[in-house]
Amino acid sequence: MAEEKSRLQSLFEAGHFVVTGEIGPPMGADTGHVYKAAEELKGYVDAANVTDNQTSILRMSSIGGSFLAQQKGVEAVMQMTCRDRNRIAIQSDLLGAWAMGLKNLLLLSGDHQSFGNDKQAKNVYDVDSVQVIKMISDMQNEGRFSNGKKVKGVPSFFIGTSANPFADPAELQLIRLKKKIRAGAKFVQTQAIYDVDKFERWMEKVRAWGLHKEAYIEAGVMVNKSVRSIEATQMVPGMDIPDNLIERMRNASDPKEEGKNIVLEIISRIEKIEGVAGVHIMAIGWEEIVSEIVRRAGFSPRPALN
Amino acid sequence: MIIASQKPLDEIRDTLKAYDKVLIAACGTCVTVCLSGGEKEALELKALLGLEGDKAYRVVTPERQCDSEFLEAFDEDVKWADVVLSLACGVGVQYMAERYEGKPVIPGLNTSFMGTNRDAGYWTEMCQGCGNCVLEKTGGICPVARCSKSHFNGPCGGSANGVCEVDPSIECAWQLIYDRLKSLNQLDRLYDTIPPRDWRTSRDGGPRKIRRPDVAIEEV
Repeated sequence: MAEEKSRLQSLFEAGHFVVTGEIGPPMGADTGHVYKAAEELKGYVDAANVTDNQTSILRMSSIGGSFLAQQKGVEAVMQMTCRDRNRIAIQSDLLGAWAMGLKNLLLLSGDHQSFGNDKQAKNVYDVDSVQVIKMISDMQNEGRFSNGKKVKGVPSFFIGTSANPFADPAELQLIRLKKKIRAGAKFVQTQAIYDVDKFERWMEKVRAWGLHKEAYIEAGVMVNKSVRSIEATQMVPGMDIPDNLIERMRNASDPKEEGKNIVLEIISRIEKIEGVAGVHIMAIGWEEIVSEIVRRAGFSPRPALN
Repeated sequence: MIIASQKPLDEIRDTLKAYDKVLIAACGTCVTVCLSGGEKEALELKALLGLEGDKAYRVVTPERQCDSEFLEAFDEDVKWADVVLSLACGVGVQYMAERYEGKPVIPGLNTSFMGTNRDAGYWTEMCQGCGNCVLEKTGGICPVARCSKSHFNGPCGGSANGVCEVDPSIECAWQLIYDRLKSLNQLDRLYDTIPPRDWRTSRDGGPRKIRRPDVAIEEV
């Protein structure tokens, strides 16, 4: 069993400001889609999330996509939601994922199936996101499944989770984040940030609670290339986009350029916030832009590992 | 109580096609209160179905279809009919079918949930009968039945302005729990992690039953 830490974990621990990207697997078994996205991100991000049927749209699995991304030299952050799998499936799939060389794991509740094309599907939620983090963390620390049986070949995922600084009720969202970290989450990726003032206030609370010392907080940002894209983003649950940014996109003569400008402005502010340990850039379907964003934000080249 | 709603008339008509004598069996308890399968609804249904004029109808209203002591009085009516159109919940339909061997019993309602009446013509789900109540931990608001994701440890990131990400007409259960615990000065409870459930007490352990020796009658 590989004991070597993931690149992502090593960089966080070495105190680097980490940059991650995101790959959305295809709606099919096409390997080329993931390969292409991975090639575009390679060298510009330290790792890339591979989403687990995000917004409940049926796609290639995160495990499969993560494996493909790693074949192209991009370390994957595999995502796993509680929406589609019970505790048996979650643990089983994670054993397979670890065996195939995946090392970073982002555990989430998952968007409800009513958002996707399979609204008729049964929703699982055998465990919630706090419970699943504790379950996997305990499995790794104690070498036992949640059923108490001994694990032969114990995984050692670098476990992360998500947080939404803009969701309600604010205090309870923080309590839940605290519970996720207590359960074993070592890094946290936030929902895409558009309202930096609000995010700053959230980070003040995170610092007051000391959560930034217990887990690495990565600020999420999204790159929008069109008015349609930012309007669609606004419709995503838990998303909070100030009207002036949508207006800026609407009034822009070159919306693509404006989208890049907006995200660069956001990044330049959030990287200065105390307790932010990295940035998570989401540009699904526009992966080729990530290299430019990373360069223009001054994050290139990415650090090498010793 | 159990909340149900009537099936579409065309669907009911379709299921009755093969029969001439129809016993419409209302139920005098839950479905009477939720205005879906009581005597009034049964008579209305008889009037609507009767417009076609091709069948004979009778209406009966046992106090509860899920209890044999209330059914005996209607044995003769059942014998008369070719088919029973039960306006009870799924329990009543099944119980009737079990009692009257060889008699088709057809559901006239869709049994929806255990819930309450919020307003005129408005009912909401409150309990899922999961068999292991946690209401003492959550301020009397059920996260299993009322959170779209049955979360036990707080809201997902889709809770905004008190509303669930699934539908703006759904209140976020965790917002309600938070508000309620705050008013009870019990917010500290939210820091406890509720461990994964043993779902055997819910439907996941197979059909459930309760046997109580303390109230069982011993055979002599």
